[in-house]
Amino acid sequence: MSDAVVDPPATAEVPTPMQRDRATTIYERSVPGRRAAAIPASGVPGGDVPIDELIPSRLLRDEPARLPEVSEPEIVRHYNRLSRRNFDLDSGIYPLGSCTMKHNPRINERVAALPGHARLHPAQDPARAQGALELMWSLERSLSEICGLPHVSLQPSAGSHGELAGLLLTRAFHEANGDAGTRTRVLTPDTAHGTNPASVTMAGYEVVKVATNEDGGVDLDDLRAKTDERVACLMLTNPNTLGLFDRNIAEITGIVREAGGTLYYDGANLNAIMGHSRPGDMGFDIVHVNLHKSFSQPHGGGGPGAGPIAVSERIEPYLPVPRIERVEAGSANGSNGDAPHVRFELRGAEDHPASIGRLRGFQGNFGVFVRSYAYILSLGGDGLAEASETAVLNANYLLARMSEGRAGRYLPIAFDRRPMHEFVLSGSEAKKQLDIKTLDIAKRLLDHNMHPPTVYFPLLVDEALMIEPTETETRESLDGFADAVEAILAEAEQDPEIARQAPYTTPVRRLDEAGAARNPVVRQDLG
Amino acid sequence: MSGYTSVTGDERREMLAAIGVSSVEELFDVPAGVRLDRDLDLPDGLTEAEVYERMRDLAARNADAESEICFLGAGMYDHYAPAIVDAIVSRSEFLTPYTPYQPEISQGGLQAMFEFQTAMTELTGLPLSSAGLYEGPSTVAAAGYLAIGATKRRRFVVSGGVNPESRDTLATYSAGYPAQVATVPLADGLTDLDALAEAVDSETAAVFVQYPNFVGAIEDLEAIAAVAHDAGALLIAACDPIALGILRAPGDAGVDIAVGEGQPLGNRLDYGGPSFGFFCATEAQIRRMPGRIAGETTDVDGRRGFVLALQTREQHIRREKATHNICTAQALNALGGMIYLSWLGRRGLVELGELLVRRTHYARETLAAVDGVSLLHDQPVVREFAITFDAPVGRVLDHCASAGIAAGVPLAEEYGNGLLVAITEQRTIEQIDRLAEVLGDGIALARSAGAKREEVTA
Ligand SMILES: Cc1ncc(COP(=O)(O)O)c(C=O)c1O
Repeated sequence: MSDAVVDPPATAEVPTPMQRDRATTIYERSVPGRRAAAIPASGVPGGDVPIDELIPSRLLRDEPARLPEVSEPEIVRHYNRLSRRNFDLDSGIYPLGSCTMKHNPRINERVAALPGHARLHPAQDPARAQGALELMWSLERSLSEICGLPHVSLQPSAGSHGELAGLLLTRAFHEANGDAGTRTRVLTPDTAHGTNPASVTMAGYEVVKVATNEDGGVDLDDLRAKTDERVACLMLTNPNTLGLFDRNIAEITGIVREAGGTLYYDGANLNAIMGHSRPGDMGFDIVHVNLHKSFSQPHGGGGPGAGPIAVSERIEPYLPVPRIERVEAGSANGSNGDAPHVRFELRGAEDHPASIGRLRGFQGNFGVFVRSYAYILSLGGDGLAEASETAVLNANYLLARMSEGRAGRYLPIAFDRRPMHEFVLSGSEAKKQLDIKTLDIAKRLLDHNMHPPTVYFPLLVDEALMIEPTETETRESLDGFADAVEAILAEAEQDPEIARQAPYTTPVRRLDEAGAARNPVVRQDLG
Repeated sequence: MSGYTSVTGDERREMLAAIGVSSVEELFDVPAGVRLDRDLDLPDGLTEAEVYERMRDLAARNADAESEICFLGAGMYDHYAPAIVDAIVSRSEFLTPYTPYQPEISQGGLQAMFEFQTAMTELTGLPLSSAGLYEGPSTVAAAGYLAIGATKRRRFVVSGGVNPESRDTLATYSAGYPAQVATVPLADGLTDLDALAEAVDSETAAVFVQYPNFVGAIEDLEAIAAVAHDAGALLIAACDPIALGILRAPGDAGVDIAVGEGQPLGNRLDYGGPSFGFFCATEAQIRRMPGRIAGETTDVDGRRGFVLALQTREQHIRREKATHNICTAQALNALGGMIYLSWLGRRGLVELGELLVRRTHYARETLAAVDGVSLLHDQPVVREFAITFDAPVGRVLDHCASAGIAAGVPLAEEYGNGLLVAITEQRTIEQIDRLAEVLGDGIALARSAGAKREEVTA
């Protein structure tokens, strides 16, 4: 069964109960004197002295910060009420392209909450955090195998952080080769995600855009024309943000490698190819993996995630510190037949003098590592390959469904090639023929209790809809989505105004974003 | 081993027929040369119960703050996180959506961001707050990036009182920005103001301090702000959000950007993450802020609502001209922080801060009385302080660990031979007394072991 709403209303004449319930902030629930937490007495022998005898009053606040004053039941009601004003993956299909909104297994939450993980202090002596270090090392090895690259750092906190790491590694690599001064450019295709060019600038490089060919891949002539001794790196997503695997991938990486650049693989779309193809085998030097995409870490309303990087031998010396080392002690030659004693250590800059240094505090988003490692253990090698197969099957099935009927007519595929785990449609015909925009289709989908696809990205597709169903959707839910889009288009043939004014049933209707940009109100006025 | 998929064999056949191919392989339009022609070399999948067992065994090999008495800090602290934080952040509606790009169905997350921003501006005394970045040290580096954009200068002056991990992170990022980083030492626990004045020049984009600083002392922000502002530089303070409950707000003392590690606000230790970084600034920086920001607005029917505001700063709109590259941040952790602040409430945060001050001063006096222990400085402290002693730190820590106590974080060489000791409301007076006892024994043992060794070598 699909979770779709069968017949959503086409007007907002009767507001829903949620719509009648005006948004109230926690501060507006605050009543002086109410509280939730009880703080213990200090218990200091001899009793408490006034605080300003311990800290001079010029260093102290005059007035307490105006935090809410609320009881525990009020906090729970408030945030429960807020939660109901969110749509979420557990409520229905969430085919947000490039984001891999796959099911979040609850066993992962359970094992992440074990006190040995959740209450382990990051400054604990590594000798007394061996379970954590072994887990991280094992996850590194798994990602190394999946990516086809020998070395891994788990440190980056998200994909964009991995990109920045990759560019700093690139800089360190060129510095060691003596040509960092002349290699100032980074090539990115015009289909690249926004974080790619933003990371390039943060790393002190200049963005050079490479065109896309009619196949949806990198335009080889343009790439050749722009590749010279000034190129530091090429950043590529493959399959790219059109969901297309580049047919010339070996040639592309060859051209840049020949010219002395490094090769960066944006792994946001790894969910298409796990166990089928590996970035290392394609010729890449550096790969980031979004654990919150392919490896099931819940998206949390915008994080947390993690963006580990896997790298080639030539990049390895520069990896961020601290690094994890597995040390076998005791029977070094195994001559006495005993199992060697294994321990894990954290190694810093003393042991890795060429390292770019640290990218963040402590060892990384360990709680995310626990969840993703549990996911890899659950699926195993075969399971990961199967997950990718099903992701590709689901996307192609949904595309087949959306190539029929009105969707086929009004929302043609942007590049007519077999996609992998996601595909991009263009709403240009719907705009021309029905006078509704991609945005209107997206907003009307909300009334069907479905999350819209990613819209208006990639930029080179007019009125883009980028659809990634993932492997964890059922066929019914894919059918339900295709049916809903069909219904929206049929409705628009009759009356396009319905989509243009949508949504009608959500907690709030279309919001004045332009007003919020002109006159930003970004905190509550507490008087 | 389910892979969390649903497709049956029959369905697969029907779906392939609908697509018009006969096998899944045909769907992989991947050149032969880059196909993996073998299985991944990973173990077979496990049942859920087997996964649990394996992970439980790994977890059991960690000494966590539940199984020993934890005086570790240096940025993350063993505070009690109330049950409502877990209960609320594990609700599907908060746990499983992504970034609120569709505001009509994301009002819960957006409003929580707005509430969070309000709370952080209250704590820091600055009018702007982002909805959160990754964690503490990378947020310090993000502040540096803003300062370069705001001042068009490329030199940072950093106090030696800033957490070494934050300094390292800033240095890593600065290789790219690019920017130069100069460090000013501490004098008697505080940033050396004379050395600072000497180091800050007309090329300086920002001065970085920590509040309280890495060794626990409370910097005089106003005096430091005067030095920075005289040279046209911004003052960036990395702050402990719990301490901000009682300390003068950085915004009131001249700080331009207040950032910090959010873990102390109701987030798990999690061996270092995920937590969140907070980022607050003066109004002048509104178009340069990094990260998501929620703003209040109305819908077409005039209802109050929230959206992502000021998106023209961000990578998905501005690409190479974005003010930062961040996309996925740590929204759920920031929500946890907001729930925690609501739980503590206006009075609770002050009471917690005062409790920490009292117990920390008690702990410091108690440890100072231990034979062989000296204080690194005797400035006022809030929740953390540094001790030095003349014995190998590793041995002393091992002794304490064998008595079930994680006594502190070893000090970096630049500060001296000793420990950074952190107190939370979970550390009782009895535990502090026990620490003193065990630490004293540990130091005595380590010294006599050292003396014996010297005898042998002599
Ligand atoms: C193609 C692509 N690259 C990079 C990113 C950035 O990853 P993150 O959000 O984890 O920083 C994303 C997603 O957000 C993406 O879809």
